[in-house]
Amino acid sequence: MSEFQESNQKRWSHLRKVLERPGPFSHPEFEPSSEILDFIMSSCKLLVIGAGGLGCELLKDLALLGFKNIHVIDMDTIDLSNLNRQFLFRHKDIGSSKAEIAASFINKKIPGCQVIPHFSKIQDFDENFYRQFHIIVCGLDSIVARRWINGMLVSMLNYDDGVLDQQSVIPMVDGGTEGFKGNARVILPGMSACVECTLDLYPPQVNYPLCTIANTPRLPEHCIEYVKLILWPQENPFNVPLDGDDTQHIAWIYEKSMERSLQFNIPGITYRLVQGVVKHIIPAVASTNAVIAGICATEVFKIATSCCVPMNNYMVFNDVDGIYTYTYEAEKKEDCLVCSQTPQILEIKDPNKMKLRQLLELLAESAAYQMKTPGLTTVIDGRNKTLYMATIKSIEERTRDNLNKSLVELGLRDGQDILVADVTSPTTLIIKLKYVIDDVEMK
Amino acid sequence: MMSSPIPKSPEQSDKSKKYDRQIRLWGDHGQKLLENSKVCLINATALGTEILKSLVLPGIGSFTIVDGEKVTEEDIGSNFFLDSDSIGMSRAQVATQCLLELNPDVRGDYIDESPEHIMSHTQDFFNKFTVVVATALPEKTLLPLSRYLWDSKVPLIVCRSIGFLGYIRLQVKEHTVIKSHPDSENPDLRLLSPWPALKEYLDSINVEALDKKSRAHVPSIVILYYYLNKYKELHGGNIPSSRAEKEELRKLIRDSRFHDEHGPKLLEENFEEALHYVNNCLNPISIPQNVQKILDDDCCTNLTQSSSPFWTMCAALREFVQLEGALPLRGALPDMAADTDSYVTLQRLYHSRAQAQSEAVYRRAAQIARNLGVAQETVTESEVKSFCKHASELHVIRGSCIADEYQRTSLDLSSYLEDPDSLMFYYVILRGLERFISEFNTYPGQFDDQVEPDVLKLKSIIGKLLAEWGCCHVVSDERVHEVCRYGGAELHSVSAILGGCAAHEVIKLVTQQYKPLDNAFFFDAITSTSAAFCL
Ligand SMILES: [Zn+2]
Repeated sequence: MSEFQESNQKRWSHLRKVLERPGPFSHPEFEPSSEILDFIMSSCKLLVIGAGGLGCELLKDLALLGFKNIHVIDMDTIDLSNLNRQFLFRHKDIGSSKAEIAASFINKKIPGCQVIPHFSKIQDFDENFYRQFHIIVCGLDSIVARRWINGMLVSMLNYDDGVLDQQSVIPMVDGGTEGFKGNARVILPGMSACVECTLDLYPPQVNYPLCTIANTPRLPEHCIEYVKLILWPQENPFNVPLDGDDTQHIAWIYEKSMERSLQFNIPGITYRLVQGVVKHIIPAVASTNAVIAGICATEVFKIATSCCVPMNNYMVFNDVDGIYTYTYEAEKKEDCLVCSQTPQILEIKDPNKMKLRQLLELLAESAAYQMKTPGLTTVIDGRNKTLYMATIKSIEERTRDNLNKSLVELGLRDGQDILVADVTSPTTLIIKLKYVIDDVEMK
Repeated sequence: MMSSPIPKSPEQSDKSKKYDRQIRLWGDHGQKLLENSKVCLINATALGTEILKSLVLPGIGSFTIVDGEKVTEEDIGSNFFLDSDSIGMSRAQVATQCLLELNPDVRGDYIDESPEHIMSHTQDFFNKFTVVVATALPEKTLLPLSRYLWDSKVPLIVCRSIGFLGYIRLQVKEHTVIKSHPDSENPDLRLLSPWPALKEYLDSINVEALDKKSRAHVPSIVILYYYLNKYKELHGGNIPSSRAEKEELRKLIRDSRFHDEHGPKLLEENFEEALHYVNNCLNPISIPQNVQKILDDDCCTNLTQSSSPFWTMCAALREFVQLEGALPLRGALPDMAADTDSYVTLQRLYHSRAQAQSEAVYRRAAQIARNLGVAQETVTESEVKSFCKHASELHVIRGSCIADEYQRTSLDLSSYLEDPDSLMFYYVILRGLERFISEFNTYPGQFDDQVEPDVLKLKSIIGKLLAEWGCCHVVSDERVHEVCRYGGAELHSVSAILGGCAAHEVIKLVTQQYKPLDNAFFFDAITSTSAAFCL
């Protein structure tokens, strides 16, 4: 049966009413016709990133909105604790690839739908892969992955004499949930606020000071962190790195944490808490995922069909107290690290005193950068120089001494370009040092 | 002292592993209530099955689908829980089978009869459920069902998904909540009127005499209490209440920092925390308005044998408050920079005080139950403990009956309809839509060649409704046209959004946690905005 015939079927009459009839609130360029549904069914290609709580919902929603060509990427396998919300998975699927099971379920349930699974990381693909999609939808629980794909889409933009080539823009619809809270947003890379423009929306991770954990614990969490960070490497009970999914490992941590909490008279250690702290578990329910994925899928449908103007551009949701939503326009940051096209200037007060270590800490801790393990290189006298790189052992050893040298000692000058590589971005970012004191004494 | 054996890691059941991510939110108690609940769905539309999906997955006890329709080709196009080869079969049956695959712990059955048929043939069918959910229900069935469930005290949730528009209406006669899970709350520290054991401990520490090391480890509330007393000495026993006075107290704390040859040293973390607490932890004890209203409620002051445990506990709380002038101590100490011993000591002081107070409330509650002549076990000690801990978040909803709402002769919507940003016009449109369906037995715009005529018909119905209500506003033609464009289409993703929202309202009602919607919600997927109204 040809696609044209299929889009004529009664089965899709819900969609046809919205796509083949004019509406007072549709996009100015919307021209109702049966070709729109044909486009959705035969040409439009979508990528869903994540086949977890949001991903399962997204695949179902998009397939029932008529989309047929959908790729899905997920590197995870199915765990028992997914089954309270990831409704495409059954008990027998535990241990299998989320992307593969989700894809085959949808393809079986909705005849004609062709979901193609990728049991891999997003970093395994390059821009040639990402360029084939019309729209990308993210249902991720990792901020790093979200930032990476955002960076990828921005890096694929073409500018002609500083003017953005609209053809190179791939819209990204992004959703996130935590408990009963969620958010959904539409990003037109280069045109509207990107993930990095609004990085300060993500709360910084809670880290307990090491001296509290080691010497003056007060909370059960302190006891658990002590066992995890100090006792585990010391005693190395199973001769392998700690694995939060291994029940024997969690049991060991639980027992040792309990021991420590009794020693300090700290109440409140439970098995569930131990698991939560060790694995950084984020609570999740089916209902919130359904809401946020539904909003994202609706936006994909609007962008693909122009039957309505897309959301502008950020929405928060919370149903703890009644049902609350708030939609607003997140603003593009003029000096955004990723999408602004302007060089990043980092002001340095005292380059004689500031050590490279402090520069790295700044990149990790400042709300605007929030990097993970930045590697720094630069060009001095026409030669490449690696300042520090933690991710490759041999280079780390060779550059470790630089950490305690000041910027001036390292030969970095006012206006120096530093090339920064980090897991949060697929491309190398350039940061320009600006010394704000008048006369720098160069040694 | 004998050393006690270290407890072994507990075995986790498969069930608690499966539900782990949600039990972290509503607890084992909430999960148990969920597993005991029975939910009825009327009409297995896409919206209906999406609601059940988000209830079957977290593990309600059982569901029953009431639906007399047969599966159509259009149903397959929007409803995920109908198989593509099931056209012509009972929609109730197919949906039940598909939904049961989601979770083997849930039981489900169906009745392939229309709700009208059941209401006229089976007395007391609907009142055996914990909650009844209805989608795409026509007015003539909705009104008697609403009346019946209102009288039977069974909550009803009515939902509709049409095009880019969604609607949820919750009808509940009375719903009481102990754990509202507020986003943030001021800590309950009682520093203005410490009980003797706390006072004795706080008085025993002279913050100014501490050496550098001890100073860095003294808990912030000890610091705050110490300088509060200094402030009181300087101000004839008065406590700081105005902004300027609080700033003066902060200055006392700030000025205590050490100096060296370079000037003042940085203020320690615990002293910074003390500064932070000045603002919200030195307010005189008062009973929050929402709680006082509950304590003054007729249900609380006039208990009967049929009063729920909630109201019995409220009556006990009322006596406690009359005697103590304050709610029971919450008993939780916020985290603060401190050495282990000081923190644990303070934590114990707060905990044992809260324990003693909740025991006092429990004794009163048990006495009240005895006096009423009901079994003493109607309230348990652990329930009272939780009740006291959450006393400041108690919440009562008294809703309104949908049948009453529809039969109301005057409805003043002017203030909403004048506001261009208000979504209240959707209420008018939906009421018009329902009347259209009752009169013509189709959705407006259902047939391609009838869109324009239906716009006129719907406009005239809406005009009549507004006139009936004595409302002199109009709803824009564009809005009426847009609804006719939908022609009753159900967009799956819009139903998914509404389904998630409605399912969570069911979970709130069943677990008796979180504040339910009060009482109507509109979602506009065109702009991705929403609004809630109390009808
Ligand atoms: Zn940006």
